[in-house]
Formats: sequence, structure tokens, C-alpha cells
Amino acid sequence: MLDRREMMKRAGTAALGAAAGLTSVRAFALDTVTLPFDNGERPLVKYPQKRPMIGLTSRPPQLETPFSIFNDGAITPNNAFFVRYHLADVPLDIDPDKFTLEVKGKVDRPLKLSLKEIRKLPAIELVAVNQCSGNSRGFFNPRVAGGQLANGAMGNARWRGVALKTILEKAGVQQGAKQVTFNGMDGPVSDKTPDFVKALDIDHARDGEVMLAFGMNGAELPVLNGFPLRLVVPGYYGTYWVKHLNEITVIDDIFDGFWMKSAYRIPDTPNNSVEPGTAPKATIPINRFTVRSFITNVIDGAKLKPGATKLKGIAFDGGKGIKEVAVSIDGGKTWTAAKLGKDLGKYSFREWTLPVKLAAGSHELKVRATNNAGDTQPMDPLWNPAGYLRNVVETVRVTAA
Amino acid sequence: MTRAFFLALLSALAAVAALNPGAANAAPVSYTLPDETAVFKPGPNLEVVQNNCTACHSADYINTQPRGPKFKKDFWQAEVTKMIKVYGAPIDDADVGKIVDYLAATY
Repeated sequence: MLDRREMMKRAGTAALGAAAGLTSVRAFALDTVTLPFDNGERPLVKYPQKRPMIGLTSRPPQLETPFSIFNDGAITPNNAFFVRYHLADVPLDIDPDKFTLEVKGKVDRPLKLSLKEIRKLPAIELVAVNQCSGNSRGFFNPRVAGGQLANGAMGNARWRGVALKTILEKAGVQQGAKQVTFNGMDGPVSDKTPDFVKALDIDHARDGEVMLAFGMNGAELPVLNGFPLRLVVPGYYGTYWVKHLNEITVIDDIFDGFWMKSAYRIPDTPNNSVEPGTAPKATIPINRFTVRSFITNVIDGAKLKPGATKLKGIAFDGGKGIKEVAVSIDGGKTWTAAKLGKDLGKYSFREWTLPVKLAAGSHELKVRATNNAGDTQPMDPLWNPAGYLRNVVETVRVTAA
Repeated sequence: MTRAFFLALLSALAAVAALNPGAANAAPVSYTLPDETAVFKPGPNLEVVQNNCTACHSADYINTQPRGPKFKKDFWQAEVTKMIKVYGAPIDDADVGKIVDYLAATY
């Protein structure tokens, strides 16, 4: 929790900004960008360790990746990776030598591990997409409350760390354990606000892939991406990827904290959707990513030269792996399979390319991925009240002239 | 060695030390967030809104929400109620209506 003085210090600059008018706003925002939905104007902001990012909120910080980054390659650079916090007491002074991870609860040997001790354990590496549950929420129709994001609250990185399984084996999970909860160093401003704690079922936690990561794309984690240690839950939405992870608790019941029991819930219906504007009767915790794909080298409204052009993009899913990417240049009437790029693993972005010929005139380009389980993307958007799971077939309208 | 060159060399060495991720004894990290600049639009009861809402979050949490006829009084009443009931915001009963009025009239 922030003490009142620190809180006022952090809030104070906003009050100054109000008094000084536009000058300080301009000093901060490098420029503005307009996301393609109503009220989508955002400042382009510069944070330490980050390149200019789309600023959603400043306290706590939420930064969206400019979409053009996804055209640069399958791996999202650390300095362009999106940032999402829930609570404003963000740890800003971190001493890696004093950092301790506590493992407790229903274990035979409660642990307090330093970062050095964690780094001595057998390391694993895995390329995995992290995506915010509310990625693309701004495109929901009808619109819903929450972070109004375009498609940039996702990223793909090579994570290095220790399997959670290794840590749990070291601690000795007791009979009857049902879930494992995860808490990080970030916390609420008020002690009345529920701390951000998430839970995974014990078998999921011990699957050998859920990881405590200290490395990201060959470097330390950026501070705003969870330095010095974060949970990586491959194939699962970012809400589970607890940052600044310093507390793991094994429990013998189902965790009923706010961020599991009430928040981050999806309808318990086929496709996890409901009629737009209605409420679900029952909900379940959000879990694996839906299948998504994007064209990255042509933006909506682009003007191209008629003739041959090469379309390029990315696709990903919740861990079955991408089997096929199909592209339509006639608004979905006919589809052609794209060539898939290098396979970096079933949790990674998969790049794709397809040479096409565009006659003079307007074209609706669409892309649709299918995973190895046969799951694909809907032609019309699905809806749920929290604005999660968006995965409609994306359309890019271009004119060749 | 000129004084300017010496200073440049010193700062370059310091930069290398700060950035080396493999260092056995990692230096403490002190991160500075940029100044907060989002502000509430002028409107009725602005001061009540600033005193209550900015305790926990910046004004852009509100500025960026959807607009239009469906996002007026009922929408903002639900948001303020959520802040109190779910997140424990210590908002006086007398202020709740003022905050909702400001939000519905201004956004």
C-alpha cells in the first residue's frame, strides 16, 4: 500500500498539470494517435525502458503496443511490450539482491528463495504470447466499460526462467492441494481494495510449462513487465501472468479472491458469448486464448498500387498451435492458404505470408486462422459483457489505384 | 585526457554497469514514472471528483471510456458504485450524487 505522502507525490503532478494547462501535457505526450473507434485519441508516451507507446492510463500505467511493431517480426521487443497494471502501488524501487520469493501453504518445506537461488535451478525457455483479456475491447459493439484497447495489448517473447513445477517439487506439495495462488509486489492504494492475487489449479501449476520467468528475449524483464520475476502461463490470458511475483501459496480449496471469483469471468456458454447487451446466467474464470490472426503490413484504409503485392501477418492460439492461415481478398467469398513462417512453438506468434494480385478498385482483405484442434475465428464478432476474448476475422479495407 | 573526455568515459562506464543484465550482483533498480498529465474536464463538482477519484487512479481512466447516450447517468452510477462496493473507495454518501452528475454531464 502507498502511504498518503507517496500517493500525493505521485498524484501531485496531475494537479500541477491542471493548473499549468496544456503546456505540461504537450511536454509529456510526444504526439497523439487515434485508435479506430470512438473516443480513441491517445497520447504517444515515452517511459523509461520503453519506446514510444500508446498511453491508455498513467496511474497505474497501461501502455499499448503500436500495431506496426507486429510487422517487424514474430518476437515483440521488450521496449515495445504492452504494460497493464490494476493497482497503483507499483514497485518502483527494487533491489534484486534483497528480493525474496516465498512459497508457503500446503507444502512440506516452506521456502524463501533469493533470485540467485532461483537462477541456480534448472532453467527452461519458451516462446509464448501474452495477451490482455481485454485486448481489442474498444472494438466491441455495443461498447463496454473497461480499458478501451485496440489490438496492441499483446506481445510475443522468449521467456527464460524456472518451471513452477521445479519450485513446487522443492517445496513438496501436500496431499489434498487443489490450487496455487500468486501474488506480486504491486498492490492497492487503499487497504480496502482487493490485492491482485490469481490462482491456477494444482495440475496446471505442475504441468512443467507454467514458468517463473526472470529473462525476456535475452535480457532482464523490464520493470513494467514484472522485474525481477513474473509468472508465465503459456496460452492463458495475461491476467494470470502475475508480475513482480514474490508469493506463492498452495491451498486445499478453490481460491475465492475478488480477481478470480468476481473479475475476469466469461460466460459459461458455447463460445463463451451471449446476445449483445445481455448478461450471462453463469460464468467461469477466463482461461485460454481464442484463435486470432492479423494482417500486419497493410493498414485499414491503405492505398496500394494495383498488381502483385505480398500480404504478411501473424496468427496465434491458446496452445494447440496454428495449423492453417487463410486469406481472402474478396471480402470472404474465396480463401487461399497462406505460407506459414518459422514455427517458434505452439504458444508463439506464427508469421504468415501470401502473394496476391489486386486489381484496380476497393478490396476487403480478411484473414482467418485455424488451430490444430480445428478451432477457428468467427466471421461475425462474439460478445460478452466484460469485452474479453475478441477474435473476429479481421478485415482490412484497401484501395488499389 | 581532457576533463570532458574523462567525464564522458565515466558516464559511459556507469551506463554499461547499469545495463549489464548478467551481473552477479545486480544493482538496485529505481524506476521513475513520467509525470501524470491527464486531467479532468471542467464541469460541475470538479473538485469533489478530483478529491475522490484521483486517490487511486488517474483521470484518463474516465476520459477514455465510451461516450454516447448509453454511457450517461446509469453507466456512471454503476461505475461509482463499483468503486465503492468492489474497490472500497471511501466516498462520502453526500458526494456520490455529485460525482455521478459531473461524470454524466461532462463525459
